[in-house]
Amino acid sequence: MARSHKPIVWGLFAAGGTVAAFMLPVLLLLSGIGITFGLLPGDFLSYDNVRGMLQHPLIRLLTFGVLFLIVWHAAHRLRITMHDFGIRADTLVAVLFYSVAAMSTLTLFIALVRL
Amino acid sequence: MSRRPYIRPVSTTGWWLRDGLYFRYMMRELSSLFIGAFTIFLILGLYRLSQGRAEFEVFTARLLGPAGTAFALLTLIFAIYHTYTWFQVTPKAMPIVLAGKRIPGFVIVAAHWLLFAAVSATVWLLAVIF
Repeated sequence: MARSHKPIVWGLFAAGGTVAAFMLPVLLLLSGIGITFGLLPGDFLSYDNVRGMLQHPLIRLLTFGVLFLIVWHAAHRLRITMHDFGIRADTLVAVLFYSVAAMSTLTLFIALVRL
Repeated sequence: MSRRPYIRPVSTTGWWLRDGLYFRYMMRELSSLFIGAFTIFLILGLYRLSQGRAEFEVFTARLLGPAGTAFALLTLIFAIYHTYTWFQVTPKAMPIVLAGKRIPGFVIVAAHWLLFAAVSATVWLLAVIF
């Protein structure tokens, strides 16, 4: 039987979907909305505070894992959704969305290593 | 089989607007558009953070401005809908049998929401304390 890359992207989709389900709402509150609604102090997202929060390597590793998985989850679901909009050029769509996900992963990696 | 089977004309782009079930399906799928775009926005913010103070402050001004706030709120609505739909399918994705008895679906869904509350509280407290 021919080998397929499907299990890899599907695994990322499922893991990312689970991480997004559990963590994204609270992460959204922490990154902006919480300040807007007065739940967090105005300087919560100041340069010094955010750098401080990301000081510990374990927190940086967790940040990488969470954002990386969510991006791949979204890329895979959007690829499938393009089919629902009548776009049948799946190979092109897959290359496009997975490339954006790969570039985001690389950017995230560089950013967290440089901190 | 007839040689020219009848094919019901269906709009390829607007079919999901005709029916509530299809519409909810499409909202679930489109949640990934907002979730993906906002996550990339946050990744760019981390990149700005690694560049320096001035670059990061340009990002936070955009994030906390009216457009950034609207983007974040829309993403929050889609994120919560994603959580809801993701938890709703868990009894089908992983049915649990204990002592020969099937655990009811609503128990599995409720357990996920409890864990969701615990994870959210932990992340929130850690972020606020440190």
